[in-house]
Amino acid sequence: MKIAILSGKGGTGKTLVSVNLAAVCDNSTYIDCDVEEPNGHIFFKPVINHESDIKILIPVCDNDKCNGCRKCVDFCNFNALAHIAGKLMVFEDICHSCGGCKLVCPEYAISEKEKTIGKIKIGVSEGTNVISGIMNTGEEAGVPIIDELLTREFNEDDNVFIDCPPGSSCAVMESIKDADYCILVTEPTILGLHDFKMVYELVTIFNKPYGVVLNKCTDEYNPTRQYCVEENINILMEIPYDNELGKLNSNGKVISRENERFKNMFGMLLEIVLQAVRK
Amino acid sequence: MKKLLILSGKGGTGKTTLSSSFIRLSQSKAYADCDVDAPNLHLMVDKPSLTKRESFYGLPKAHIDKDMCIDCGLCFENCRFNAIDTAKGYNVDFYSCEGCGVCEYVCPVGAVTMGKAVAGNLLLYRDDKVFSTAKLSMGFGNSGMLVSEVKKQLDEEAVDAEFAIIDGSPGIGCPVIASISGVDMVLVVTEPSLSGISDMTRVIDTANGFMVNCAVCINKYDVNLENTEKIEIICAEKNIPMTGKIPFDAMVVGAVNKGIPITDIACPAGKAIRKVYQTTMKIFKINNQENQNE
Repeated sequence: MKIAILSGKGGTGKTLVSVNLAAVCDNSTYIDCDVEEPNGHIFFKPVINHESDIKILIPVCDNDKCNGCRKCVDFCNFNALAHIAGKLMVFEDICHSCGGCKLVCPEYAISEKEKTIGKIKIGVSEGTNVISGIMNTGEEAGVPIIDELLTREFNEDDNVFIDCPPGSSCAVMESIKDADYCILVTEPTILGLHDFKMVYELVTIFNKPYGVVLNKCTDEYNPTRQYCVEENINILMEIPYDNELGKLNSNGKVISRENERFKNMFGMLLEIVLQAVRK
Repeated sequence: MKKLLILSGKGGTGKTTLSSSFIRLSQSKAYADCDVDAPNLHLMVDKPSLTKRESFYGLPKAHIDKDMCIDCGLCFENCRFNAIDTAKGYNVDFYSCEGCGVCEYVCPVGAVTMGKAVAGNLLLYRDDKVFSTAKLSMGFGNSGMLVSEVKKQLDEEAVDAEFAIIDGSPGIGCPVIASISGVDMVLVVTEPSLSGISDMTRVIDTANGFMVNCAVCINKYDVNLENTEKIEIICAEKNIPMTGKIPFDAMVVGAVNKGIPITDIACPAGKAIRKVYQTTMKIFKINNQENQNE
């Protein structure tokens, strides 16, 4: 079973919810797909038993063979190639690695080399498998790393929790593609609500079953709760704003391992989610 | 026009709260929201009237003509984005397709065409002020391209403005890199959590990689004083100026939900942001003078 945790807006508690659900669940695997700013490992501090680089292919031009026809330059929709002063220049950072330039070159002057854009780390933290993808700074896109994170084989009994990046762009879609259930985490602000509506639309379009966790709730006006009630959206749980929770979390602690109260809270959330998934 | 960009790495640390306050305090004539994945600034600032709404075309998307397709599989073999779905004949998975055109090129019977696709909207609000923003359609890439359009529109429309304030996106990838290009300074707003610190460091490395100066301010600094001290030490070591610390303030949520900048309300956070603003602008001006002297 794969459960994706997403939010649209950043900082609403995706990592809090995914880390703690994985921590209270048996046979669990936590996957951090927020490869631009991965934070799950800060909480789990896993003992790493595997680490590998993620590489993409980048064109290299043999300038002795190049006849300057510029077919590759014209073909490249990403503007990653330029022919200047008799030489082909490759702007590696914006190359999408489609391989088109190599295919169109009539002189077979283009070959490809590997370029490392990040890495994945696999480890264990008190019985929970922890898989993180980390994109190198300066890189444009982490989708190949997310692909690599999600192509792993899992047993049917494994419970996989996927911590998604913020937003609702290609990287988020990649992360929820194979999910059996989506948890949308949101907060009681109009900004949270605005971005919640985006991911709500996303999971609806992809026909994913979903439920909502309202985080940082207070007694004040909660526009997100109101919206969920009006739209008849399933609220799985409300997490109250809590100083102790905030403090432990800011110190990189897995709160459900630190405190019985939080352990029970996430245990309950897990039960609710599992029941919802079985439906 | 000099540009100040507000970033954070980690989401939810207060970029938009800070941007909207800076726009109010500076009475800026030009501002933009470069968080095209999840734009929020329009909810928090005075919007001039909407004067332009344009479709943004990202890269094209491939389409396979079923009648012409001879099931040779060359498109499938050559696509590096797993965008050819083979479940029922050969079809293009619209969202996985990155628009490179390889399938069109390799198809021996011309069954593949590349079609225009609307990847979002570019919006312009203006009267004597210019507000440039955009919204990327769900599930699309090309966010860097749309960010560049937002900035181009700001440049073209606000030619007389002395400076602009730009709200950025979380992360360190293509929209952030496109946002950083051509700005004069980045203000990183972070929070005193280990996640906030890790993400701040990564976004500073990214900005420095593009030779742009950073300054840092800490939001909700009193939630964890030890981590606040860690941030101050990291910034001192990296020689990055600290422009202030904003306390946790329950009034902020109320102001956000009213859609007004927190500096409009007499409260500790609003007061602290005024100070952050003054210090940031001082550094911003000194930086710009130094750049001009060079």
